Amino acid sequence: MKIVALSGSIVGSKTKTAMDYTVKTFSDNYPDAEVTLIDLAEYEVQFSDGRNYLDYEGDTKYVTQTLMEADAIVIGTPIFQASIPATLKNIFDLLPEKAFLDKVVSIIVTAGSAKHYLIAEQQLKPILAYMKAQIVQTYVFIEERDFYRKEITNDDVKLRIDRLVEDTAVLTETYAKIREAKEEEYGF
Amino acid sequence: MENYRIDPKKGLEFGLYTLGDHLPDPTTGDRISAEQRINEIIELAKLADQAGIDFFSVGESHQEFFATQAHAVVLSAIAQATKNIKIASSSTIISTSDPVRVYENFATIDLISNGRAEIVAGRASRVGLFDLLGYDIRDYEELFEEKFDLLRKINEEEVVNWSGHYRAPLKDAKVLPRPKNGFLPIWRAVGGTPASAIKAGYAGVPMFMAHLGGPVSVFKRTIDAYREAAQQGGHNPDELPVATAGFFYAAESSQQALRDMYPHINEGMKRTNGRGFPKQHFAQGVDPHNVMNIGTPQEIIEKILYQHEQYGHQRYIAQIDFGGMPFEKVAKNIEIIGTEILPAIKKYTAKK
Repeated sequence: MKIVALSGSIVGSKTKTAMDYTVKTFSDNYPDAEVTLIDLAEYEVQFSDGRNYLDYEGDTKYVTQTLMEADAIVIGTPIFQASIPATLKNIFDLLPEKAFLDKVVSIIVTAGSAKHYLIAEQQLKPILAYMKAQIVQTYVFIEERDFYRKEITNDDVKLRIDRLVEDTAVLTETYAKIREAKEEEYGF
Repeated sequence: MENYRIDPKKGLEFGLYTLGDHLPDPTTGDRISAEQRINEIIELAKLADQAGIDFFSVGESHQEFFATQAHAVVLSAIAQATKNIKIASSSTIISTSDPVRVYENFATIDLISNGRAEIVAGRASRVGLFDLLGYDIRDYEELFEEKFDLLRKINEEEVVNWSGHYRAPLKDAKVLPRPKNGFLPIWRAVGGTPASAIKAGYAGVPMFMAHLGGPVSVFKRTIDAYREAAQQGGHNPDELPVATAGFFYAAESSQQALRDMYPHINEGMKRTNGRGFPKQHFAQGVDPHNVMNIGTPQEIIEKILYQHEQYGHQRYIAQIDFGGMPFEKVAKNIEIIGTEILPAIKKYTAKK
């Protein structure tokens, strides 16, 4: 099971803090899983110009290729101007149309205000559905007050991330089995 | 249609095309040498010629896992190795080539082959060649349109006066040699969506449409849009040939055909396109109304006739050799086409 945790912003620390905790939980609870953290702040990713992702070079190629090879992706995103950040949208634009076919995708949102709760539901999920992801329906929504200096201070948030990690792993394993059984049935 | 050397009385033309891919055989993991692959392509063209197949074409791709970057050179070898079969590119990336050199090459192939050469010009689906050959990807569309226009002008006028953005102007230029009958059939490669088809139609250029999979009805819309645009552009759609191109594989049962072909398509596309072909979609390929011509010879005959009824096209081109398909299996398919499929197609589509 190849898991990629994608921290979708190049500024701020909350999303990265939540993703660090997520990666640690994955590694502790699923030692066989291969977990990779991609923190976009650490890469120089170019804007999408429509080419096939294999034709990019450097960081852009590394990021897109790593995502395409994943079985599951946990997307961590802040909310900027009542939407997902441009850096995250650019990742979607870099990938092929049905990039998330046969992949499980789950979501962690960090936001400055509770008013942003439905943004993942109304803006992020439709993109993931269009790209054919198997979406983990419940996402984790974390607010400013749940952090103190790059630490999650709200135990409830930790428990919710633990459950998201479990849901992501269970759906990935189950979906792989369902697909295998179905493909077996095709007989070719 | 005579301009394009197509005689509707003889029925639907049947051709083969290769992208010139050079991929490992997924069932063994082994990859033959580029030398062997190129010689096998020439050999396949010979077999196709002997089987009475109408057309054979070779593509140009400039990235890893391809062997026919110099496709015109391969076609020139095919020109000499064959007698009757029409030969063409599928496609020539005109955007990153000089139309004068392309025309010189293909006019020469036409002379070597006794008037059998054609050009299919495309825009490339992968863009590594822009860097390799020194072009800017931001000019992707304009490079194609301008150079394709120039290519057609060279075809139509013996003395060319032209100026544009991406090439030095031509003043009273003669592009030589001229092809055997003074004119080459030049097609526009279209990827299946209406946008590019409309451009081809409006300009009154024959359309060479590739399709992977999906219902015939979806691609019919593209063909309809093409003919409508031709009408609007002041051309007679009845004078403009349409070719369709896609996956083909015949076996003793449709299940066997799927089994033989799927790993080649899936693994080959992963390497060349970055994504495999979903098994679910491939399984639907045997549906009588799906454009993929996969199944028993009889099922394929019925599919092609259905497509012909829907599209009213002049030529169908089959891709059999993708993804490291072993030579013997491609050769076996050519034999089946020659003995079973081609006679039936001709019988039912020839105009009496």
